[in-house]
Amino acid sequence: MKKSGNNQIETTALSVTIHSNPVLKNIDIQIPAKQLTAIIGPSGCGKTTLLKSFNRLLEIQDGVQIQGEILVDGVNIMSSGLNVPDIRKKMGLISQKPYPLPMSIFENVAYGLRIHHDKTAKELEDAVQQCLTEVGLWAEVKDRLHDPASRLSVGQQQRLCLARAIAVRPEVLLCDEPTSALDPVSAQQIEKLLLKLKKEYTVVLVTHTLRQARRVADYVIYLYFGMVIEQGPASEIFTNPKNPETKAYLSGEIS
Amino acid sequence: MLASVFIVMGSLILIVAVITLNGVPSLSLEILTQTSEGGFYLGPGGGFLNAIIGSLLLALPATGLAFLFSIAIALYLQKDFLHPSFANFIRLCLDILWGVPSIVYGVFCLTIMIAVGMIGGSLLFGIIALTLLEIPIITRSIDESIKMVPTGLKESAYSLGSTKFETAVKVVRRQAMPGIIAGVLLGFGRGIGDAASILLTVGDSNYFPSSITDQTAALPTMILNLVSMPDQVVQNKAYAVAFILLVIVLLISIITRYLTKKSSKHIIK
Repeated sequence: MKKSGNNQIETTALSVTIHSNPVLKNIDIQIPAKQLTAIIGPSGCGKTTLLKSFNRLLEIQDGVQIQGEILVDGVNIMSSGLNVPDIRKKMGLISQKPYPLPMSIFENVAYGLRIHHDKTAKELEDAVQQCLTEVGLWAEVKDRLHDPASRLSVGQQQRLCLARAIAVRPEVLLCDEPTSALDPVSAQQIEKLLLKLKKEYTVVLVTHTLRQARRVADYVIYLYFGMVIEQGPASEIFTNPKNPETKAYLSGEIS
Repeated sequence: MLASVFIVMGSLILIVAVITLNGVPSLSLEILTQTSEGGFYLGPGGGFLNAIIGSLLLALPATGLAFLFSIAIALYLQKDFLHPSFANFIRLCLDILWGVPSIVYGVFCLTIMIAVGMIGGSLLFGIIALTLLEIPIITRSIDESIKMVPTGLKESAYSLGSTKFETAVKVVRRQAMPGIIAGVLLGFGRGIGDAASILLTVGDSNYFPSSITDQTAALPTMILNLVSMPDQVVQNKAYAVAFILLVIVLLISIITRYLTKKSSKHIIK
């Protein structure tokens, strides 16, 4: 397998079974650094499983078996002896339903900074303000930073989760259908943010809305029943898919 | 449905009414501020402050101790730490312990007392018996409230690079806090009201206990002693003691409500 320097994540023969059901079969993919990669495919084809394998979140479930290699920055994260929190710290996760931590808005963003760095109160405040500004939430919450995060609207909560993720300065943002639970305006805000953030971070976006993938993706991986059918630059896949199954999915025959 | 509401409400109102109507006339400032030395069991004199203090000295340390054990066990029972099938086996054991009649805990502690040669009862063994009685209750309540914490929330904490311990202590604990408080106060309520487990272990006394090896009076055992007296005036004092016990239990309920509401402020639904 070629190891090109600007691939952030690569998998080799990655297979995942959950309670002996094969969910991912022999996945070989490359995810380019500082680009937005969309993982598309119909529901239940293993998109989320693939995403969660990148930061070893799969193993907190029961009955998960993982085979193959997952290279992040050239290091196989499945090899033993690695510190799992360090692997996860490199990868921010934005889930389908936003899960703010059960604490205040301020503490949500400060949480990651507190567990990883010793910062003074002033440094913390600055960092929190910067992250909230980056996701466009600062103006909306600056007067109620110590309110419970659960009182924000779902759209605001999702942006808070984004701010919380980038506070620990990850290299990758793993986004699991981050807009599917949101209203159209909030969804658009998140999409715009992801486009902005891909300049600094490698963004992996799981989505089942093709239109969203068309709007934002630089690179596309098409997954169908746990197998990679096609992967490549978005321009190629969307205009000239080589595989007939991809063509069928893009034209709406499989959904 | 309506019938079950009547049965539940009816029995509650009936119990409260009987105890209040019979207990309040026997209450006085003297009975609440004096110890039972002298003629408390013989006639109109004396009070039962020593039993109130005794009960608190039994139930508070026991609940504290039981909580320390329970929170550790409950955290360890989660699948992040222990294999689920083994955890479920331990849950089964705890549920069996929950169902063990409290007199059995009392007899168990009595056996230990005899083995170490401390005959006659002491505060210490009362506390041990109540701790054992409360551990399954508090552990299972905390365990259930931790199990209710959404996986997505734990994933959020993990994906920020938290260790299992940080996730448990900083995130899961906060989310489970209302359940933890409810569990502790449920345990305390059971502990302060239980007679059988302390019947054989604390003995009796007309004075305040001055050390942990002293015998002590307690509210539930005092009720038992009072009703077994032949004198009607003395028997009525049992209702006064029961009334105070009822007040304590109601107070615990109100405090539980208040604390769980307060700690729910940050809860993610």
